[in-house]
Amino acid sequence: MTMRFMLLFSRQGKLRLQKWFTSMSDREKKKIIRDMTTMVLARQPRSCNFMQWKDLKIVYKRYASLYFCLGVESQENELLALEIIHRYVELLDKYFGNVCELDIIFNFEKAYFILDEFLMGGEVQETSKQIVNRSIEASDMLQEVRFTDMHAHTHKCT
Amino acid sequence: MSDVVEKTLTALPSLLSLDSHPGSAKLSSTSKLGNLIRGITELTSKHEEEKLIQHELLAIKEQVSSPNTTMRQMKELMVRSIYCEMLGYEASFSYIHAIKLAQQGTVLEKRVGYLAVSLFLNESHELLLLLVNTVLKDLQSTNLIEVCMALTVVSQMFPKDMIPAILPLVEEKLNHPKEIIRRKAVLALYKFYLIAPNQVQHIHNKFRKALCDKDPGVMTASLHIYLQMIQENPDAYKDLTPSFVTILKQVVGGKLPMDFNYHTVPAPWLQIQLLRILALLGKNDQSTSEVMYEVLDESLRRAEMNHNITYAILYECVKCIYTIHPKSDLLEKAAKCIGNFVLSPKINLKYLGLKALTYVVQQDPKLALQHQMTIIECLDHPDLIIKRETLELLFRITNAQNVTVIVEKMLEFLCISEDDHTTIDLVGKVAELAEKYAPDNEWFIETMNTVFSLGGDMMQPDIPNSFLKLLSEGFDSVEEDRKLKLFAVNSYVPLLRGEPGKLPQRFLQVISWVLGEYSHLREDLEPAEVLSLLAKLLDMKNSSSETKSWVLMAMTKLCKGGTDASVTQEVSETYSSSLDTVLRQRAHELQYLSQDPELRARVLPRGANPETLEVDSSLSFLDRFVSEALAAGAAPYKPPHQRQEELDQSKALSLEPYGLSLPISMSSCSITDRQSPTLLSMSSGLSGDSADLSHKGGSSALKLDGVKRVWGREGYLAQREPVEEAAQVEVPSPIQSPGRQGEGDSLHSQTPTQTPTPEPEQEKQQLASSLFVGLASQSSVSLMGKSEPTPQRFRRKAKGQGPGSSFNASEQISSSLISPPSAVDNLLCNNLLDSNNASELAEQTSQLSQRLTTANGTCHTEAELTEPDTKGCNPALRRDNCVVAADPGPHDDPGRLTEVCLDSYLPAELSGLSHSEIAPLCANQSLNLSACHVQKEDSLILVVFIINSSESAIQQMLLQVDSEELEVSCLCDSPAGEMTSHSVAVGQYSLTVKRPAVHVEVVGTVSYQLPAGTSQSLQFSYKVPLTSFIRPFVVSTEEYGTMWLSFSHDTKQNLTLINDNQEPLTATLNALKKKLQLHVVEVIGMEGIVACRLLQDLPCLMHCRVNAGWLAVWLRSPVPDLPDCLIYHCQRALQSL
Repeated sequence: MTMRFMLLFSRQGKLRLQKWFTSMSDREKKKIIRDMTTMVLARQPRSCNFMQWKDLKIVYKRYASLYFCLGVESQENELLALEIIHRYVELLDKYFGNVCELDIIFNFEKAYFILDEFLMGGEVQETSKQIVNRSIEASDMLQEVRFTDMHAHTHKCT
Repeated sequence: MSDVVEKTLTALPSLLSLDSHPGSAKLSSTSKLGNLIRGITELTSKHEEEKLIQHELLAIKEQVSSPNTTMRQMKELMVRSIYCEMLGYEASFSYIHAIKLAQQGTVLEKRVGYLAVSLFLNESHELLLLLVNTVLKDLQSTNLIEVCMALTVVSQMFPKDMIPAILPLVEEKLNHPKEIIRRKAVLALYKFYLIAPNQVQHIHNKFRKALCDKDPGVMTASLHIYLQMIQENPDAYKDLTPSFVTILKQVVGGKLPMDFNYHTVPAPWLQIQLLRILALLGKNDQSTSEVMYEVLDESLRRAEMNHNITYAILYECVKCIYTIHPKSDLLEKAAKCIGNFVLSPKINLKYLGLKALTYVVQQDPKLALQHQMTIIECLDHPDLIIKRETLELLFRITNAQNVTVIVEKMLEFLCISEDDHTTIDLVGKVAELAEKYAPDNEWFIETMNTVFSLGGDMMQPDIPNSFLKLLSEGFDSVEEDRKLKLFAVNSYVPLLRGEPGKLPQRFLQVISWVLGEYSHLREDLEPAEVLSLLAKLLDMKNSSSETKSWVLMAMTKLCKGGTDASVTQEVSETYSSSLDTVLRQRAHELQYLSQDPELRARVLPRGANPETLEVDSSLSFLDRFVSEALAAGAAPYKPPHQRQEELDQSKALSLEPYGLSLPISMSSCSITDRQSPTLLSMSSGLSGDSADLSHKGGSSALKLDGVKRVWGREGYLAQREPVEEAAQVEVPSPIQSPGRQGEGDSLHSQTPTQTPTPEPEQEKQQLASSLFVGLASQSSVSLMGKSEPTPQRFRRKAKGQGPGSSFNASEQISSSLISPPSAVDNLLCNNLLDSNNASELAEQTSQLSQRLTTANGTCHTEAELTEPDTKGCNPALRRDNCVVAADPGPHDDPGRLTEVCLDSYLPAELSGLSHSEIAPLCANQSLNLSACHVQKEDSLILVVFIINSSESAIQQMLLQVDSEELEVSCLCDSPAGEMTSHSVAVGQYSLTVKRPAVHVEVVGTVSYQLPAGTSQSLQFSYKVPLTSFIRPFVVSTEEYGTMWLSFSHDTKQNLTLINDNQEPLTATLNALKKKLQLHVVEVIGMEGIVACRLLQDLPCLMHCRVNAGWLAVWLRSPVPDLPDCLIYHCQRALQSL
């Protein structure tokens, strides 16, 4: 899954989170943000969750008042991209406990950290809710984590 | 999940006071960020927000630069800057502090510092160089979290030329005891591979180690790199196929830890990654594909539950199955799977189904037939995305018969679409279809006019270029040629008289060129009028200078002095002082040439044949200049990619992190060497049989056409082959035996034909029949060798298309009206055929070598052109029948019986000779028709068997056989009169070629009366490959020489050489001799001359020369088209080896 960017924005078109997986100029970023908010917000309910934008596939989904919008390369699997969004929402939910837009507004840096554990370099890195959550919490709580302390955070523990 | 969020999320303002909210527990309500956010939400106007943020930024700026600010405060400040930037306000002053924070903070602070850096800066930002040292330090840290952070930031944005500095440290991490570090290191290397592949080339072996890592997470990460590398070079990784298959098997079998599950589906991301890799490895490779059949089957089977993620897996599975070497039962399951997608009420699944179908119809257009009603519904879908995807699908199934409807639908969409990217893409596709399949001149010109007006100046420049090329090369027939050009002129003049200001520049350029070249064809049009129309364009404000120079060129061609002089004089005076040098030059040319008609005639001869222009694409005329420059000490030229490579290498040597190395944007240089005008058009003709088809639009077949002689370079000719071959395959396709045609249709459209339908339904069905016409027949072509969807030439079409397709079209209509009983009959007939084939398969393979030498044709002409495993049984039929003929057992015997019986009905004088397989032609309740052809030394005999399969006798039976391309003469009396029940009548016809074509066809009718007195008729067609008419032609070298010079029709082509241990020329010629019955006259060194004749005695000579690994073949004959047809068969013959 080669992703180019992920954007979170509100129903009013306010940007809540932006993640760029490839190098892009500020102008390009601004254009994408503008285009995505207008295009996605203009979609009729019950339309499909995919769109074409230039040479990219845009996959978006609305969770309550928040839109999650993922730009992937056009040969990618749209359903899979939709599940990436969903898993991210689940990860946020697990971390914040009943996540809401406000959590993301006030703790956007946490939302970024979670995203960085989940995706890396435009690819899915870790899909397990437990593991992602654990590594975030480890960084949250501990100032210094030594090698031995991290033994707990492996795949083997379920 | 979404429900949970739904419940907790309400409108923003009301939540601000909620302290007990679960989320708000974590946010410090007193924090400055909290205050800022609250402050913003309370504002009502954009202006106020701006003021507030500016104020905030000032405060932040003040604080960050204060020496007393602690790192802890700095962290908080960075978070606020990030927020301001997210709102769209620049906070560039904080960038350097973000780097400082990452450098000096504790882990928690560092984390925010890195985050801020990754959000603020991009790869090419110069401040990033300051980060390199921090990253180096953190990579060596004993704190795992620091290492993780460093690896994360490295994979996000890292200056390309600094990669060597940290590469050893990242590589080292591949051996780290913690899997999370190993995994991140692999992903970081993957990222490096993407942005600077040559820098990680040396660690390919380590990737292998990562692939074998005991931790599945690390292994999964390594697959990203493998997918990339395999995409670039699948052959290098074939040995890994069994490993990938084993991994997938384990994943599908649920052997991974629960952690990898996603909603109870085991590691879906991993599965999909593996399926993609397998697809790449198995493509065009039978033995590799065989390794994966089982696991693919398993994947399909396991993924049968109702969740989005399983659909995602299924989709990849289907794609994989249709990409690798085909296996019929898998294909069938995959097709069924696509059906589930397409018919799903969920719009997302429908979308994906359309996408899958689009991919799959390239291999098997008949699948589109099954879903025609759904496709038509999707065409009218309110969601434009669905509509667009449907057009994409239609684009793939376009043929000469449905082109007008499909293009109309595409143009409709273009009128409502506002997206530039879509417009460019669709316009390209319409242009491609128009060139390939245009039914007539008027339609072609009108469609292209729409394309030019809608596509405007956004469209790919090669569209107008190839259009003009087509126009100038024209057809073989002078009259057609003139008509096309005249029609173009006629349609442009009113456009210019109207409002030319509204037309796009590109269109105006096309118009002025065409008028300049061809307006003389219209006799009632005074050149003076054209000149004044063109001059009007020059005066328009929005005409670009490029357009103006086209106009001036056109005027130069038109001016004749005399009365026109004043206009041209005026124009040239105006522009000869233009600041634009090109315009000025054109104006001067116009001035001089208009005054000197003699010179003009020499410089711009009217009706010059463009093919006579030799263009020296190697620019050899510059050689002297180059060598002089080199002698004078100039540096030799290096293409951009080579320069880049050397640059990278020199970079790689200086590893110092702080060495002076600013980001270099060389990589943006294009890799293409020297760009000659043809290269542009060549590239589009090369798209393989993958899904990436036609993204560039580009019209392939046409442009290549002229290239042949004009450029005459070996490389180009080689590239031309696949296109040529595909183009030829198309020729026979619309012509199909009526029986089969009917069956394809009745099978899939049974519902619509049987039930009376309300009005709108009928409209849809009408649309369906116009959209899907010709598909069934096409399928038999493309699914064989997975050949390309048949680019067809405009020029070929215009003349030869008529009878075959109209016949086919009427057949299509009539067959959709066939009554149910006959449909059943057809199925039965196919059953017979199918079981025949199945039972004979073994026999056939053993006879293969023998049969190839005699080059027999069968009813399905493709059969003998393809590999043994698909031989004889047309997979289109087979797949079809698998449903009906689930138990081939009972049908088996009767099938064989007919075959055996018919053999014995072969006339005695022919029985000793080799004959083609006796192929069923068509059937109905009472009659069964089969045919074969027998090769005699000097003739070809067609034998038609009529079997009365009914229980009653029939009367007044009359068999008539005729052909467009062949001379048909009846040998003995045509069977006629009465036929008793279960008897067989035999007709014999001698065939000779009137007009060569790749496959020639006879069509026939049997009319008869049933005992009840009703008269009936049955139509059939039978195809014979041209090779059946070819015989050796024994001549001496001298005779050959004289003939060679006297023959006027020729063609040249490069063929592949056969390289077994023999000498390649001899080996290739022998193979051709054996397969096509050619006569090798003489072989002299690297050249060989070959001769053959087409029955009765139409000679064709062939001159072969080995050149740069190819066999350059030149064919000559007194008969038009014969060289072209023969070269096609030579190609096929060599390919099938």
